[in-house]
Amino acid sequence: MSSVDLLPPLLIVAPLLAATLPIALGLRYDRAGWSVAALTTTGLFAAVVALATVVYTDGVVTHELGGYPQTYGIQLVADEFSVLIALLVTAVAAGVLVYTRRGGPRGNTFYTAYLLLVGGLLGITMTGDVFNLFVFLEITSIATYALVASGDGPESAVAALQYLILGTVAASMYLIGVAFLLMATGTLNMLELAAQIPAAERPLLIRTGFGFIVVGFAVKVAQWPLHTWQPSAYQQAPDGVTPLIAALVSTASAYAFGRLIVTVFGVDYLAGTQNAAAIVLVVGCVSVLAGTVLAVIQTSVKRMLAYSSVSQFGLVIAAYGVVIAGGSETAFVGAAIHLLGHGLLKAGLFLSAALVATSYGARTVDEYAGLAKHRPVVAGAMAVLLLSLVGVPPGVGFVGKWYIALGAVQSELWPVAAVIFLSTMLTLAYAARLLEKMYFTPPAVETPRPGAAATDGGTTDADGAIRGEGAADAVSVGMVAVVVIAALCAVALGFAGGAIADLLEPFLTEVFN
Amino acid sequence: MIEFLSSYYLYALVFVVLGIGIYMVIASENLVKKLIGVNLFQTAIFLFFIAMAYVEGGSAPVVPAEKNPGDLLVASPLPQVIVLTAIVVGIALTAVGLALIIRIYAEYGTLREDTLREVRADE
Repeated sequence: MSSVDLLPPLLIVAPLLAATLPIALGLRYDRAGWSVAALTTTGLFAAVVALATVVYTDGVVTHELGGYPQTYGIQLVADEFSVLIALLVTAVAAGVLVYTRRGGPRGNTFYTAYLLLVGGLLGITMTGDVFNLFVFLEITSIATYALVASGDGPESAVAALQYLILGTVAASMYLIGVAFLLMATGTLNMLELAAQIPAAERPLLIRTGFGFIVVGFAVKVAQWPLHTWQPSAYQQAPDGVTPLIAALVSTASAYAFGRLIVTVFGVDYLAGTQNAAAIVLVVGCVSVLAGTVLAVIQTSVKRMLAYSSVSQFGLVIAAYGVVIAGGSETAFVGAAIHLLGHGLLKAGLFLSAALVATSYGARTVDEYAGLAKHRPVVAGAMAVLLLSLVGVPPGVGFVGKWYIALGAVQSELWPVAAVIFLSTMLTLAYAARLLEKMYFTPPAVETPRPGAAATDGGTTDADGAIRGEGAADAVSVGMVAVVVIAALCAVALGFAGGAIADLLEPFLTEVFN
Repeated sequence: MIEFLSSYYLYALVFVVLGIGIYMVIASENLVKKLIGVNLFQTAIFLFFIAMAYVEGGSAPVVPAEKNPGDLLVASPLPQVIVLTAIVVGIALTAVGLALIIRIYAEYGTLREDTLREVRADE
């Protein structure tokens, strides 16, 4: 066994073990948490990069846990698709840490939950076993509930409980789906399932299982009308946590759903299943439209971005629908790029929203007035990210949408192409509103704003700092730098669409043959 | 129908429990009862796994010291191991949920969701 085979389990075990350290060391040193987390995530990022180079040059890396064969053991698989998401997970996790050093939340327990979350997310990306996927989904979820609840004020506890109840029911739905698959085929390994599903004696069981899995992931990915947990969870989570969960938790679930569609059920099998493509397509398309419309009418910036996630993930699910209906490789590449791009964009946007809330005291769209004058760097980075989210080339948002739309057109699914076009217009509606406020509306009054500070649940500038001057020293260079880097990456990745498609090529030829 | 029920009664029962669980989650206004509903929902799934693994006339999946243990008729051990893991996950979730409920009760002084909604709307 070469040492590369050991990387996938190490990527999962290291953060889970390191999660104990902040609490253990916290008994002795008060601020050990950040160092442990930073060290671990940097190491993980390096390890994923090393793994990625091996995967993209030599092909899939697999590891059988405990040496048990895949028939009844658990397999960890790093292939072209999963490594892509693992790169996103570790990069965003490391980036957000730069923010939390100054921006908080602080405390050793926070970093314990943080590392648990990272471990769970990497587990979702690497696992090759459908039940193990459930376990990692739940590890991720528990860490997320705890992180959401760590916000100030009791509202965050309510949001977290709402998320917990819906999220648990969703994961249980997925588990029922797994139960049906196990009943029909007698195996849990993804590759074995893929081999046995087309030949299964009772296709009704598999269809039922697929139905439950779709519902489960529709909640986890926050698809309309099952998205209700998501906006309040994103809004009530601490500012330093929202970028992480918004960028990664739903992305990992969407990744897992795509993995199940292409690897486990198989595109050909689902294409032959009545209504499978139609259901996935409709869920995705409706979410795209509902999410953007709801985003347009929001006043709070964080909430607006949260609803925007509903629509952006709708796009990914719609892309999966196109993949099933048309067997379109292009749409799948689009979904993968959009997952990556959206994760990066949302991390950047929520980070800049957090930055603005800390330094400028603005949380609603109206309060963003005049931001570009007082905080030109952050406003500029935010503008780049917003435009990229809309799909203005060369932003990464454009590339994903382009591939998905191209796939829809190639498969002659005109309604999907129309929905993508329409959603771009609507995305522009809420992005432009924010841009207009930032660049063209002068700030209302330069006075202390006790009223505003009270209504939004306690901002950091408690001592009535003057708007525009407020608490600027709470912002470190690193916090601004990480937002700028996110914006630069969003543009740079816009040129990398073809390269990502090439990297995914071996995976695609294996799946769509 | 009778014949179907007599052979598949366990599955029918499991799905009735599943329904009761999800109904409690949706209809009960009490947060603790909601959480109990979630637990019931999960337990039904565990029972579903166990029911699936049952083999008529099969013994427990413990390999005895026989010459050909492969010939023995045993229940499938895989779903049972799975359920053990899932129970642990379920307990962790319940613990987190109860912790959140305690915090909500401490802050708002109510466990009922409708009252909670009113209290929050007032703020």
